[in-house]
Amino acid sequence: MTEVLHELLRGSLDHCVKCTICETACPVSNVTPLFPGPKYAGPQAERYRVDDEPSVEWSVDYCSGCGICTQVCPQGVKIAEINAQARHKLKEQKGVPLRDRLIARPSVLGRLSTPVAPLANASLRSRALRVVGERVLGVHREAPVPRIAGRTFRSWARRHSSPAAARRVVYFHGCGTQYYEPDVGEKTVAVLEHNGYQVEIPKQDCCGLPLQSNGLFDDARKYVLRLARALAPHARDGALIVGNATSCTLMLKRESREILGLLDDPDLKLVSERTYDVCELLLELHDRGELETDFQPVEKVVAYHAPCQQQGHWIGKPALELLALVPGLEVRELDARCCGIAGTYGLKREKYDIAMAAGADLFDQIRASQAGLVACDSETCRWQIEHATHKPSAHPIELLHRAYRL
Amino acid sequence: MRPSLNYDVVVVGAGVAGLTAGARLAEGGARVCVLAKGVGSTHLAAGTVDVLGYDPDRVESLAAAMPAFVAARPDHPYALLGVDAIAPALGWFAECIERGPQVGYRYRGGVERNQLLPTAVGAPRPSALVPETMAAGDLGVDLPVCVVGTRVLREFHASLCAGNITRLGIEARAVELKLDLDRPEVNALGLARRFDDPAFRRDFAARLAPLLEGDERVGLPAVLGLRDPHGAWSDLQDRLGRPVFEIPTPPPSVPGMRMFEALRAALRAAGGRLVMGARVVGAEREGARVTALRVDTAGRETVFGARSVVLATGGFASGGLALGSDWAVRETVLDLPLRGVPPPGSPRFRAEYFGEQPMARVGVAVEATLRAEGAENVLVAGAALPGAEPWREGSGEGISLTSGHRAAELVLASDGLAAAALSGSSGLGPLRTET
Repeated sequence: MTEVLHELLRGSLDHCVKCTICETACPVSNVTPLFPGPKYAGPQAERYRVDDEPSVEWSVDYCSGCGICTQVCPQGVKIAEINAQARHKLKEQKGVPLRDRLIARPSVLGRLSTPVAPLANASLRSRALRVVGERVLGVHREAPVPRIAGRTFRSWARRHSSPAAARRVVYFHGCGTQYYEPDVGEKTVAVLEHNGYQVEIPKQDCCGLPLQSNGLFDDARKYVLRLARALAPHARDGALIVGNATSCTLMLKRESREILGLLDDPDLKLVSERTYDVCELLLELHDRGELETDFQPVEKVVAYHAPCQQQGHWIGKPALELLALVPGLEVRELDARCCGIAGTYGLKREKYDIAMAAGADLFDQIRASQAGLVACDSETCRWQIEHATHKPSAHPIELLHRAYRL
Repeated sequence: MRPSLNYDVVVVGAGVAGLTAGARLAEGGARVCVLAKGVGSTHLAAGTVDVLGYDPDRVESLAAAMPAFVAARPDHPYALLGVDAIAPALGWFAECIERGPQVGYRYRGGVERNQLLPTAVGAPRPSALVPETMAAGDLGVDLPVCVVGTRVLREFHASLCAGNITRLGIEARAVELKLDLDRPEVNALGLARRFDDPAFRRDFAARLAPLLEGDERVGLPAVLGLRDPHGAWSDLQDRLGRPVFEIPTPPPSVPGMRMFEALRAALRAAGGRLVMGARVVGAEREGARVTALRVDTAGRETVFGARSVVLATGGFASGGLALGSDWAVRETVLDLPLRGVPPPGSPRFRAEYFGEQPMARVGVAVEATLRAEGAENVLVAGAALPGAEPWREGSGEGISLTSGHRAAELVLASDGLAAAALSGSSGLGPLRTET
């Protein structure tokens, strides 16, 4: 780790005044005694973690990495980032289970399963096979898994030609769009084109976020740097990079640089500065008076959940502002913090119940909201919400796409 | 740099002052965005509204004490704001709580008489406006008290609290209730989440009832529900058949979190934005005006354009002010001129912890209109204002609430924004200045 980064993260723990604000916001420690909370595992336990000495505090494995602690800390302590590094060190010491190595590679899983999608989908929904998967691998039998689309977003993108326009963006689609929800990608491209962007879709792979959350830092670095190399030339040409997978755009913007210690990589730095969450970009467009507002009515009651990682962009909730522009659409803001899934956390046998308990407030609010649909910017959160509430969930961009009648 | 987003008003800080200003501005029709680097003072304070507790003797009637207090301190925020600004602010706040997300929950009191509530260590704390769930703890009432503690909440010591209440001349005793939880200890929030559950309350009341005696009232740590405090509190009163009151705990403060949720909900309901985690790192200026704030967001700076700015960043404790090892004091967001910095050679601090601390009076230099010197469209609210020693005066929330509310009214008036009428009946009446 560079000295600068060391100062940035570890140095911040001296700012902790033990005010407990992070503990009030932690979705995990509020529902299980297995994780004593961000203050304890972070700034307090960090004082006992010494470079090159074994990890002395193992509860940090139960931190889901949602990042809310850092967001609410009034003193600027990088709690979640400190804990992510502690989790990495712990996993190096204890060893990383095969399960974590597998579920942290969505693009590998996607590539393998796409050609055999019907079989893969049937297997993932077979009770018997899921029980076996739980026993052998440790993936909880009930955990939400996406439906494999059987076609990739890139196969559509290769055939698609974006009309020439004065403004250019590079679309970073992420693995969820590529293998599971290609239609969300097609709608994102359509909304961007409708707003006068020429959309380029360079070849790309996973951002490495699931590897990072599972403590596999070396592999995560390889993935994120490879992605940065693919995107940087476009950024250097002046294009903005825009994505709909909000946790993956956050990985590019901030998390990989801080958590993986990549502050000095020039490609990643450039990509980080030029990357936008799609709703963030559209809201800025609207503020300049340049957003197309030919929205047709969508008569619907929708609940909106801002995922933890979306909140980690530190940009508020731009999706709410955008959805408010759609006539007929009644949007109810949910203020429960977390759905519990945290990417791959809620898939794990020993953590599934914790994840479901962490999301219980949100699920209650969704049920009470009477909404027919839950809008949410992150795919794994949408899958968890659908799993827990049996209500359909969509990316906000899908609602805008419908309102534009594209 | 060209702003990415433009607002009528950007408020910096999400404590009582910032959220009050933001919510009131949004209600008044302003396009407002509240930026905060994190959660503010609410989660750490008692959840009461203390307007003026000591001058230096304990204040019983605010209305009687306030004129002399401000006359003796022309540099105090209350002198700047005018005592007439206090009651409307408190009235707005009380209403904001009533229409807030915690159904039925309300504050009691006003500017006529301070209520005297026990703190976690049983010391009397004079407060103007208190949650209904605390009101029955008034130590001005001569009714015996039973303070209930539980070992799972280690930061609340019932016997210490009861012992100190006894020293005030009120009969008090402590009982400890055994609770079976899934963990050996829990913080106030963890218990409050359980009290939101009627089944937990039923069980709790059934265990407690046999331990109570005579006509004693029941003091509990302030954990009676986060989402449904009114339900939890009235349920317990019904089940125990006697007055029940909450006693503020060390942080995290559940009543403070309720206050945060109510103010946040008011801001959101009126269309205001709240951006958490966003640290303001600089400003764009044109002459004496601040035209935009540069904000550290993930990946890059985002520029928030603003016609007016309300600075509610707090004092030294919140990082709104910083004191260097060279004794230089600075305002950390806009580097605004300060007032009250002890001149070289004069004392900065005194040895007595609760004595007068000159450095604590430092704040951003403002005019009577709350405008910062050197930045004509920046108004200052809350603990960033100079001239107060809130912990000695017992005035923190009063100053934050009144200045946040007043700053909003001033911006609405000066910007020609649709200044909505002061929110209806304040219910508290104007603060009378005795003649």
